[in-house]
Amino acid sequence: MTKANDYNSVMARKAEIMLKSVGIDYSKFESGSIAFDYEKMMRETGYTLEEMQEIQYSVGVGNTPVLELRNLTELARKCAPVGKGARIFMKDEASNPSGSFKARRAANSVYHAKRLGFKGVVTATSGNYGAAVASQAAIAGLKCIVVQECYDSKGVGQPEIVEKARKCEALGAEVVQLSVGPELFYKFLLLLEETGYFNASLYTPFGIAGVETLGYEISMQFREKYGKDPDVVVCTNAGGGNMTGTARGLIKAGATSKLIAASVNLAGLHMASDGQFNKKSFTTGHTGFGMPFASWPDRSDVPRSAARPLRYMERYVTVAQGEVFYITEALARLEGLEKGPAGNTALAAAFYLAQEMDQDQTIIVSETEYTGAGKHIQPQLSFARDNGIEIFFGDPAEEVPGKNIILPSHPSLIKPRDVDIVHMRRSLIKTAVNTYKVEPTEEDIAFLAEETNSSVEFVKETLKSL
Amino acid sequence: MIKKGEWVRIHKTILEPSERAPQVPEDTKQVPLEMWDKGFLEADAELGDEVTIETVTGRKETGTLIEVNPYYEHDFGKFVPELLVIDKQVREIVFGGEK
Repeated sequence: MTKANDYNSVMARKAEIMLKSVGIDYSKFESGSIAFDYEKMMRETGYTLEEMQEIQYSVGVGNTPVLELRNLTELARKCAPVGKGARIFMKDEASNPSGSFKARRAANSVYHAKRLGFKGVVTATSGNYGAAVASQAAIAGLKCIVVQECYDSKGVGQPEIVEKARKCEALGAEVVQLSVGPELFYKFLLLLEETGYFNASLYTPFGIAGVETLGYEISMQFREKYGKDPDVVVCTNAGGGNMTGTARGLIKAGATSKLIAASVNLAGLHMASDGQFNKKSFTTGHTGFGMPFASWPDRSDVPRSAARPLRYMERYVTVAQGEVFYITEALARLEGLEKGPAGNTALAAAFYLAQEMDQDQTIIVSETEYTGAGKHIQPQLSFARDNGIEIFFGDPAEEVPGKNIILPSHPSLIKPRDVDIVHMRRSLIKTAVNTYKVEPTEEDIAFLAEETNSSVEFVKETLKSL
Repeated sequence: MIKKGEWVRIHKTILEPSERAPQVPEDTKQVPLEMWDKGFLEADAELGDEVTIETVTGRKETGTLIEVNPYYEHDFGKFVPELLVIDKQVREIVFGGEK
């Protein structure tokens, strides 16, 4: 019997396709209400830290260097009050095989797919994860399909995504490119069903657990070299996997570093809008993913996302596009490092956060990514200008995403803005109640306190106000 | 004439505007969801023909033949003079003794 392949029929088969392609029975962890056993899910479906290190090191992933950015620290100190300006570091994740920290997630997913006997992997991503899965699939001898959103309705491709398509192909993957729209998920499901391949989702327990090695390495490298853990770790935040995995790795190392998330502010731009698609100069690490995924993680392509960043972040800041471009150029000219934009989002935040800290303190950015044609500041700025975006020097606080990019006229104007994290916590609680439509049990309340890194009292008080 | 076995790129409409998901914004609802893929041509054809290809994973896809031996043209963009202003500024602040 041939199955109907229209949009509604395929979406109706989602649960069935997912179960087959991920191999996880998520119902085992459900309570039947709002709560589910997150730690049990991570324990039973993930890998131990030692197993992950073995998997990753055997394919050249991980053990990336920690770089101290001495001149950038000096620049921050020139902008800071006397005595302020923590030492700034960066974990050079661009030195992973595929050029980003995503190799850690992919190494685990592909290892798992091969172990379960899948012949290939499919992943839906316009980002570095596609290249990471392609790279790992190449090593494992598995077939790989990457589905990406790349073009607007005029056929104009975002240069950064075009470059990622090139890289995926160079690493042996089939790249299925689509125009703008969330129905990418429909084609993704069709491909999973047609091929019977593994869904190398970004949000499975093994994918997220793969990032734990990153947090663990940061702690170990710091202890070896500086005798203590970093005071602050800043993660660029989109789907929340970097923040979640890094935090869990730090916790496993026994570190108590403060975790801060950073995203590029793209407020006002609709992520599924054809007309606005090429008005943004960042394709990931921005608020369009960061905010909705942090305040409701279970919007991903698996029933329960293993990336739950609100559990770990103590603070969430946004930076302007102009601030990230400025810091990316400063990194090249002062540190001799050309890196892609994603990690530099957290770096722009760290540059300012360091100025709030004492000089003997340390702050580290959890990742760098590769750069090249299309995904370099020059093509991104040039593309923005061609799309009618004004670029000028001024105060980045006044930047309007989709209209202009304001480069700071002086580095002291780089000042990330705090996201109202209490509001995000309340929003998560509200969405949970609205989604499950139940009277929260004691177990649910305890769960929501963990989900929001708050307290039972906070959850109860929020529930009362709904 | 493009020969069977040549490496080509195809284009296809996946969803017509009327079939788009209810949650997409108005401007996106006006346009179809389009797809591009690459593979080996299954039979001799001309540009613009409806063809079948075999992709690198061995899948068959159909669509309109739009390119033979497709290649990438993305680059480092046009000159952006502002970057030189940043360079000068940061070097002066760090190495020029200026506060």
